[in-house]
Amino acid sequence: MTAVLEVTGLRRHFAGLAAVDGVSFTVGPHEVVSIIGPNGSGKTTTLNLVTGAIPAHGGSIVLDGTRIDVADPARIAEHGIARTFQNGRVFAALSVADNVEVGLHTTLRAHRPFHRLSHLVGLRWVALLGELVVAVVGTPAARRERRAIDATVAAEIERFEARLGPRRDDPAYSLSYANRRRTEIARALAPRPKLLVLDEPTAGMNPSETAEVLGQLLELKAEGQAMLLVEHKLDLVMTVSDRVIVMDGGRIVAQGAPDEVRADPAVIEAYLGRRRVAAEERA
Amino acid sequence: MLDTLVAGLLRGNVYALGAVGISLVFGVMNVVNFAQFSFFGLGAMLAWFFVAQEGLPFWLALPLVLVVCAGLGLLVNVAVVRPLARFLPLAAMLSTYAVSQILDNASQLAFTAQFRVFPKVLPTSNLHVGSMRFGTSDLVMLGVTATVMLGMSAFLRYGKVGQAIRATAQDQEAALQVGIPVGLVQHLSFVIASALGGLAGVFVSLYVGVANPTSGLTTGMTAFVAAALGGLGSLVGAVVGGFVLGIVEAFGISLAGDTARQIIVFAVLVVVLVVRPGGLLGKVPLIATEPLTGTFLGKGRPLRVPRWVWPAAFVLGGIVVPFVADDYVLTTGTQVLVYAVIAAGFTVTAGQAGVVALGQAGPIAIGAYTSALLTLHLHVSFWVALPVAGLVAAVIASILSSPVWGVKGHYVSIATLGVGTAIVAVIQLVLPQGIYGIPVPTWAGTPLSTPRAYYLVDAGVLALTLLVTWRLRASHLGKVISSVGSDEVAALASGVRVRDYKALAFAVSAFFAGIGGSLLAHQYTYIDPTIFTMLMSLLVVTIVIMGGVSLPYGAVVGSLVLIGAMELLRFTPELRIIAYGLVLILVVRFRPGGILVRTA
Repeated sequence: MTAVLEVTGLRRHFAGLAAVDGVSFTVGPHEVVSIIGPNGSGKTTTLNLVTGAIPAHGGSIVLDGTRIDVADPARIAEHGIARTFQNGRVFAALSVADNVEVGLHTTLRAHRPFHRLSHLVGLRWVALLGELVVAVVGTPAARRERRAIDATVAAEIERFEARLGPRRDDPAYSLSYANRRRTEIARALAPRPKLLVLDEPTAGMNPSETAEVLGQLLELKAEGQAMLLVEHKLDLVMTVSDRVIVMDGGRIVAQGAPDEVRADPAVIEAYLGRRRVAAEERA
Repeated sequence: MLDTLVAGLLRGNVYALGAVGISLVFGVMNVVNFAQFSFFGLGAMLAWFFVAQEGLPFWLALPLVLVVCAGLGLLVNVAVVRPLARFLPLAAMLSTYAVSQILDNASQLAFTAQFRVFPKVLPTSNLHVGSMRFGTSDLVMLGVTATVMLGMSAFLRYGKVGQAIRATAQDQEAALQVGIPVGLVQHLSFVIASALGGLAGVFVSLYVGVANPTSGLTTGMTAFVAAALGGLGSLVGAVVGGFVLGIVEAFGISLAGDTARQIIVFAVLVVVLVVRPGGLLGKVPLIATEPLTGTFLGKGRPLRVPRWVWPAAFVLGGIVVPFVADDYVLTTGTQVLVYAVIAAGFTVTAGQAGVVALGQAGPIAIGAYTSALLTLHLHVSFWVALPVAGLVAAVIASILSSPVWGVKGHYVSIATLGVGTAIVAVIQLVLPQGIYGIPVPTWAGTPLSTPRAYYLVDAGVLALTLLVTWRLRASHLGKVISSVGSDEVAALASGVRVRDYKALAFAVSAFFAGIGGSLLAHQYTYIDPTIFTMLMSLLVVTIVIMGGVSLPYGAVVGSLVLIGAMELLRFTPELRIIAYGLVLILVVRFRPGGILVRTA
């Protein structure tokens, strides 16, 4: 079975500093892979490279047989990667339901009648004007698709029913931090991505909120959703992951099943080594 | 050749002074300060007053001007800008525009609007090197600027207060945390900027020889462009931008004449911003920081409008008013309606796509000229020319603006300002005379030349505009465009081609601007390029911000308030603009998100 995501020799430097330095890994079908490592080890940069938010300086990224390392972020999203961000990026002016609906954008057909032309420089406008006409005039197919959109949005909000249900029509800026994160996850899941990329989904959350996210991640895993996860909370990582990748200084220092990684001396050094050395020096 | 270079240096000198002020204030307050423009005119008029009227020596007049400008700057910041800056940056920008209107008009009341000849205080062509002639005046100007710039950079680098200014510019919150009195720093920056503006104003009048209270606008505009060119917030950039523009302009004028000036200025601007989206010396972060507490666009919910309001407004505006009101009210009403059409269309760009385009006068002018030329020379019916005007405006404005949609933040506003101004300048170059005798619309053979007929036509067009914008807002496409305005990075990650949707939103807005232009042209029956000014563009922006930047019906309310209020204030023509400025400031103070938006 081919991997969903195959990253080979990925490199990116910032003003001479190699933030990601020859990183290779794969994410298999239905597999949950976590990247851990100290701050500044290149985890988020790796995610940004995989999702195209930052262009890579070298290496290749293949999603389900298609090379995406030269594609722009919108194209990568069309290929089937959806992501969340470290601090949570929601569309502040839109309601929760509309946030989720925007997530469906790449999957719509009747609302984007000439979407195939939107990659072509000269013919983009055909696609855009097609969308405009559908929006203002409407077509029977678009009305049918509207019902499908509404159903999917309702289903995604259902996932967080207790939290997001009552806030369905509230603008996202008025949500609490945790609810913004939930909205973001719902938006990312709406298009049924081939790979879900989560950047610290529990950052800034308290233990009970973290436990709730963990529950949801396990549910998604049970549904067979392939995920690439960056996370600091090791309990969560060890519980949810099939495989863990440990990064330090832009390189992968260890990878394997959670239990193997937990015992790996390189990992302990990456997390604790410098502090231990510093403590010895002081003593 | 060398003469042109010297002329360019002298112009650049003035722009650099102004640009440093604009950049300084932008750095510490994150507000584009339109009030700065007024200090150019004010500086010039004050200098004229002290030297020509009071007979003071120039060396005494100069510091006096600086002190007066600095004091006024402090007053403006204490009374208006700083109290409002904690609301939306957009609102603060609007308030500085209001202040500039008030200052210009107060100066007009004090000094009258006529051009004054500035006395020759220093010889202007007593020296020469080879065949190049120049004067003590020129040397003094360059010398003073050089001294001021060196002093400023030393102050910012080594002075305790200067370091506080730089710290504040980098991170206001952090500066506050380490005990820097950010309020005082902002006051001080305003004082310095205003004094520099006054100084630049004095130099303009020394160089040009005449001055009037509104002469600052063109210089201010160019200084603003210079600041953007260098990278807003970068003082070295402002100086570089000022001199680059001055020199480019001087060569442009000597090669192509004065009408080409604006085209050159804005062409340079657009090219620089497309190549370097953060200005010459500005840096754009690789990935925009993740917003923690919301974005640039308004927080705040639209007020809930009860259902009965819509039919009631339709009956009142569309049926009662046209058959009850007199011609005066109806004539005002047509203006309100036309601007409501333009502004309602503009909410798609400004409110949804989050691009506060400052050049809507461009597409309005294209629509007006297209419609006028079609009906006058090709004898096309008004009813055909009207939609064609919209289409042509959308197509031309979209093509010309297509390079700017990758430009980020405030710069995209400035770039659209450039494109809009350049469009009007090109029209002025091709058709400088204006067009007379534009035919009035006819319906079944009857000319629709009464105010009532115009009113009904405009009301019909507005109803259609609102219908289209309402459908668009409610659609999937509308939500996608709004997502672009809310967070570009997240929109891209959701597969939304941000640039394309900005371009589409702008095309829709330009279409309605063109329609509005056509309506205006057929009602005035005469158009010339001086109608389509930056003030017109700013009026459109003001209207949408006034009503609630993303609400099409808010544009109708904004138009009613701003254009209607201007009419109501006609009884006191001198104080009209001052009162208008005060109304704007009050609205910003109490409804920063717009009249129809409840602040969160």
